[in-house]
Amino acid sequence: MPHKVISLISVGRHPQSGRSRRADQDSRAVELGLKLAGTDLDVVHAGSSEEPVLRQYAGMGLPKVTVLEQAESADALPAISSYLKTQQADIVLTGVRSESGESSGMTPYLLAEQLGWPIVARVADIVEVKDGEAQVLLALPRGQRRQVTVKLPFIASIDNAAEAARQSAFGPGLRAKMEAQSGSTEEDSVRVNWSEAPAKARPKRLKVVKAKTAADRFKAATAKPQGGSGKVMKNESAQEQAQAIFDLLIEEKIIR
Amino acid sequence: MVIDWLPSILIVALLLIGVVGMLRRSSLWRAGRPEKVNIIAGLLAMPGRYFKDLHHVVERDKYMANTHVATGGGFVLSMVLVLVVHVFKVEQQIVAWALLAALLLMLVGAFFVFKRRLNPPERLSKGPWMRLPKSLIIFALTFIVLTLPAAGVLPEGTGGVALIAVLSIGVIIGLGELLFGMGWGGPMKHAFAGTLHLAFHRRPERFGGGRSTGLKPVDLEGDVLGVAKPSDFKWNQLLGFDACVQCGKCQAMCPAFAAGQPLNPKKLIQDMVVGLAGGTDANYAGSPYPGKEVGNAKGGPNEIITAGLVSQETLWSCTTCRACVEECPMMIEHVDAIVDMRRFLTMEKGETPNKGSEVLENIIATDNPNGYAPGSRTNWAADQNLAVMKDKKEVDVLFWVSDGAFDMRSQRILRAFVKLMKAADVDVAILGDEERDSGDVARRLGDDATFQSLAKRNLATLGQYKFNKIVTTDPHAYHCLRNEYADFDKDGALAGVEVLHHTTFLNQLVQSGALKLDAFKGGKVTYHDPCYLGRYNGEYEAPRDLLRSLGIEISEMERSGFRSRCCGGGGGAPITDIPGERRIADMRMEDASATGAELVAVGCQQCTAMLEGVVEPRPEVKDISEILVDQLVEEVH
Repeated sequence: MPHKVISLISVGRHPQSGRSRRADQDSRAVELGLKLAGTDLDVVHAGSSEEPVLRQYAGMGLPKVTVLEQAESADALPAISSYLKTQQADIVLTGVRSESGESSGMTPYLLAEQLGWPIVARVADIVEVKDGEAQVLLALPRGQRRQVTVKLPFIASIDNAAEAARQSAFGPGLRAKMEAQSGSTEEDSVRVNWSEAPAKARPKRLKVVKAKTAADRFKAATAKPQGGSGKVMKNESAQEQAQAIFDLLIEEKIIR
Repeated sequence: MVIDWLPSILIVALLLIGVVGMLRRSSLWRAGRPEKVNIIAGLLAMPGRYFKDLHHVVERDKYMANTHVATGGGFVLSMVLVLVVHVFKVEQQIVAWALLAALLLMLVGAFFVFKRRLNPPERLSKGPWMRLPKSLIIFALTFIVLTLPAAGVLPEGTGGVALIAVLSIGVIIGLGELLFGMGWGGPMKHAFAGTLHLAFHRRPERFGGGRSTGLKPVDLEGDVLGVAKPSDFKWNQLLGFDACVQCGKCQAMCPAFAAGQPLNPKKLIQDMVVGLAGGTDANYAGSPYPGKEVGNAKGGPNEIITAGLVSQETLWSCTTCRACVEECPMMIEHVDAIVDMRRFLTMEKGETPNKGSEVLENIIATDNPNGYAPGSRTNWAADQNLAVMKDKKEVDVLFWVSDGAFDMRSQRILRAFVKLMKAADVDVAILGDEERDSGDVARRLGDDATFQSLAKRNLATLGQYKFNKIVTTDPHAYHCLRNEYADFDKDGALAGVEVLHHTTFLNQLVQSGALKLDAFKGGKVTYHDPCYLGRYNGEYEAPRDLLRSLGIEISEMERSGFRSRCCGGGGGAPITDIPGERRIADMRMEDASATGAELVAVGCQQCTAMLEGVVEPRPEVKDISEILVDQLVEEVH
């Protein structure tokens, strides 16, 4: 039985020009969805069906895009979650975080919570779906992967390490059908009160390179950081664990 | 005697079969998409186009020009007179003598065709083409003998039945090639298809010394964008393919072919013929696409071209340098066809190879191919004190900077040009961050949607301001602005505006005495003609004049002017980067080194980048504005 796969897409934002575009991670989610389900893939967007960026996604070879029609100020979550409840999907793919809007990265988590599904975060690839289970590769830093097995249905957020999206072709994008359904009218009350400003570059911690030789520098640049001072707290009480984190944050001057 | 009539009957029969073949052939062309052509005016203009324009190209090879005049002219004349003498039986000796003269002319021509075919150059196709001179000679000889009695040289009935029988075989062989073959796809097809191709050419502006090089826009509302199947070409493009004589002059000029990339313009056109007629390329008897065997290509009018007829790499190997088009005696438009097929691959399939997709995505999102922030476009000019159109509104010269603004090597060219303009006190401004990529690369990569969007947005910007001239250092932007934007310029933003390349403009300044220059004291200098300045826009002289004004005697490369070899940088070729055995830029640099020059003067930032990418030791590469600026006599105020 073929599995029902849904990819969620949003309107991205080009980091240099600030112009709307197909979001990088979302288009990777579509790419992975196409790999898993071919053109049976259901691609869902909550927003306006007039949005030109949807054509860029459709240009990847989607015959149609499902649009949950709603105003820009409306919350995407209720519309998507009620849509998913009607669909009996096996796998839902999203980006890790959107490139515009709140960009909190919470959508997959909140959906998982509402649907009661497991979530796998930062997926690099879904290798196989068989017997109600999926073999999933998680992306870890420095090109490392971790293989996990997840029961269907589940939500996966797609990491930048996943296969890059194929080229978007203008013609098929132009001809794809935008199938509009009514979305939610619930206003995103948090977002409404936000004001957007250009981000300031985040301060980076200075890296003190102690290496004396080229080999050492190479190692420092490539090797997995050996967090010498880290410790694993398994048996301590929640109080103690929280205190440890709190102390670390103060030590690193993240909170003062 | 019935047997006496045999030749006449054969003539009429073969003529009729030939005509049936021609009608069938025409129906193949009509499978193409409709295109408005002025049939009457075209047919009327045809003889002129043949004798002037086509012959002008053929004449570059004097031997073949004379041979063709004798053979072709002799044949047409004899064929008419053959009908008069042998079918309508006009019994005047003078006509018979005229026929003999025409046949003799043809015989002489055919002899020289024969001679060329004894040891044919590699570019020529063999196969049935090797048979052609023999058929021509048989035709001429047969009818000479057949006409001798009518001319009164021999008594009627000489040789009796035996001779008539032999001559009848001659008639069948000769006319079989010339009339039957013309209609049914033999080598002589070129005469019939070529004639109509000249009459119904898609770019009639090219005749009478004109130039038409801008690509035709795609109708973005169409069912299929670009050309997927042979029947997606315009009907007169199909006709044009059928006119090919397989002389291989395109092949000899093609930089991609020479570099061992899988492209041969002649084979490409022949594959299009296979496509329009249906079948395989098994009968093709010319050079293959480098690295690809002949015989595996299969196609039909309604079959996807890239699924079996032509491989995608072949289409992406082209640098759009137009050397093939310039060289083609039949005035076939190879580049149009290649870009048409690329359009399908990019806009319908999303299969632009290598960096193509990334570059297109960048152009769409940031209006420049490398994805730089649009707001940093004018950073190069931070120290140039250049006026911006937004503030000036009205200016004499608008300097179109192009994407060289983002490239540090090209910025040196830009600065040199700005310094020259300041020295000449030119009233100049730039668009600054309002400028966008011209769309050249997007268009050549087949993304006409993005090109059209850029063109329209650029035109909307230009429309807000007043200026008399646009000058640019980039021949690709120059070509777009000058030849391709007009299709989208609904509001006349460029109406009455002179679009100039910086070498043309600088030459005007030097000639008018606005720029004072010292003599050049370096060594030998050669000049590389950029394709988009030369073949696309016909500007060969201004850059040379400028160099001469410095006292430079240019050591010309063997291939210069309209025969200049491409640097390899056009048509998005560095982006699609199809592997070959050599690099085109290396070959061009060898051309330059062969002149013994120490400096290659160039008029294009793309050529500069390509030629400077060749490993040293090699001559230095400089844009003409950089050479000029070094000799600038600055007046102290």
